[in-house]
Amino acid sequence: MTTTHDAPPAYEPLPEDADLWTAKIRRKLVRALPPDRMVPDRQPAYLSSWIYIFGALTMSALAVVIITGTLLALEGPAWWHLSTVGLFVNSLHLWSVELFFFFMVIHLWGKFFMAAWRGNRTLTWMTGVITFMASIGAGLTGYLSQTNFESQWIATQAKDGINAIGAGAFFNVLNFGQMLMWHIMILPLAVVALTVLHILLVRTKGIVPPFEIASPEGGAHADATAETAGGEG
Amino acid sequence: MSKNRRFNPDRDVNPWKGAYRPYDIAKEVTVCFIVVALLVIVLSALFGSPDVKSVTLKSWSNADRVDFATTAIAELDGTSGTATYGAPYNNVAGSGQKVGPVSLVNLMGVHIPVNPSADFVINPLTTVTGQPALSKALATFKAASPAQQAKWEKAYEDAVAKAKVVNNTLVVPAGPYGPVGVLIGELTSMATSGALDTSIINSSGFYSTDYTKSLLFVADSGYLANKGAAEHLSGDQWGMMNGTANYPGQPWLWLYTLWYQVPPFSTSWSANADALVWAFMMVLTALLFFVPLIPGLRSIPRWSRIYRLIWRDYYKGRV
Amino acid sequence: MFASISLALGAIFNLMGSGHYIHWGFVQISVANLLVIVLMVVTFFAAILIPFRHKSGGKS
Repeated sequence: MTTTHDAPPAYEPLPEDADLWTAKIRRKLVRALPPDRMVPDRQPAYLSSWIYIFGALTMSALAVVIITGTLLALEGPAWWHLSTVGLFVNSLHLWSVELFFFFMVIHLWGKFFMAAWRGNRTLTWMTGVITFMASIGAGLTGYLSQTNFESQWIATQAKDGINAIGAGAFFNVLNFGQMLMWHIMILPLAVVALTVLHILLVRTKGIVPPFEIASPEGGAHADATAETAGGEG
Repeated sequence: MSKNRRFNPDRDVNPWKGAYRPYDIAKEVTVCFIVVALLVIVLSALFGSPDVKSVTLKSWSNADRVDFATTAIAELDGTSGTATYGAPYNNVAGSGQKVGPVSLVNLMGVHIPVNPSADFVINPLTTVTGQPALSKALATFKAASPAQQAKWEKAYEDAVAKAKVVNNTLVVPAGPYGPVGVLIGELTSMATSGALDTSIINSSGFYSTDYTKSLLFVADSGYLANKGAAEHLSGDQWGMMNGTANYPGQPWLWLYTLWYQVPPFSTSWSANADALVWAFMMVLTALLFFVPLIPGLRSIPRWSRIYRLIWRDYYKGRV
Repeated sequence: MFASISLALGAIFNLMGSGHYIHWGFVQISVANLLVIVLMVVTFFAAILIPFRHKSGGKS
């Protein structure tokens, strides 16, 4: 993918600068993620299924969640009770969250059945699971921030589970101010940071190749040989 | 490439050395975003979102004065849900859910102190001025011994079980409950006027965003519980998954709420159900997290052969 | 202008009636949630079954 040049690439530091922290970090980053892998314009030919768009759909839904959440933040948490425009923006926020989970779970199913952790992609899988959990937390605190009956119900019910594991001492679902701040700042930052990490891992490791199966006569999968006569049962 | 170990098809894969083809990631992301945004707009226009008004101490007490008074006396005499809850709100011997011998909630201790008889009854009543009968009742009550207070409280509990509402007024049969009748009667009036909501939320200052006390008070009522059950939101109705009315709720919580519906969580373990379900779900979540490292579990994709559908173009040599 | 947009922003379908639930053994599920789950399963299988044809149609 990279071609050789007579002169070193522009991002390589001058020899006298090679010990700078900045130079070392830059070299590490660019070697892990050269531009053509960071923003690729080619993909392996086995990517031939609609299941592969569900990651992008999940991210798109997350973008709409954040945009609509920002619009709600412009006017404050009570706006949607008092204004039809506010109510509509709240609906946008609610349905984008429903779609976010819808697409994310289908993405999870797809990645599970592809065993997408194969080939040192364990961390990609794990960051995905943590992002899922963080998203559930973001959803819970969102419900708690609605300032209506549902918030009251969910708060008084959820407190029992959270208290039971000892977290209630510092994560008080009955404390609206605290829950709102977790919802609009701490958890969105966590979800976005985890999503970025997840995507960077996908970009560095590449999309997992298919399972190799024993070729029927004339089958065209001599792409690589397994070290043992692997294959599936 | 793998290190010096056997190739395991559920853990390892050889790097792709086959064909590539053009791929427009920017276009894909843009089209996905536009499609999702349009879908969100359409769903919102079609279905909107639910907004059921909050319960207040005012709305609750006006809807059911007897239930309010019954809850209020339980707060005063320390038998309410909140008063007997234990950590993190108060110290109650024998309280606190456990997983085996360990009670995490008790380990953390009381971090959110709530004293229902003071916070929900006596302190709000003390803020009322210009009511000599109330001031006298409060003084009498505070001056009495704990044993005397308990006698009055018990008598009121018995009497309020036969209470009625006549012309929007709570009428409790006479009984040897001393000043407690006046206290609870005045508290009910405070509640129905809306003054109790304000008194409790402002007890910590002008600006308060912490509704712990008001919510715990309301949650002790039969009123809130009945409202929740009517909406299929109770724990034993798979309520955790459900949304309001006909809106979808949180279907991704299905596995979490499932355990509350089945023995032994719903039967012999029910006193510790929350702690045990949470502990169990943490184990299951850990299993999900560690799938790549768990033999057997990580073989399910290969055994299921669903991948044959996903990569069928590749397997048929069409790529 | 906002008034007329606001009028149009009210939901077309009113989902606020009493909820519909399906009881099956110990399982209780709202029609709405069941619909979402069914849609997810259908979408998943549609995604892996519907042919994915790309512009370069199979050449490497």
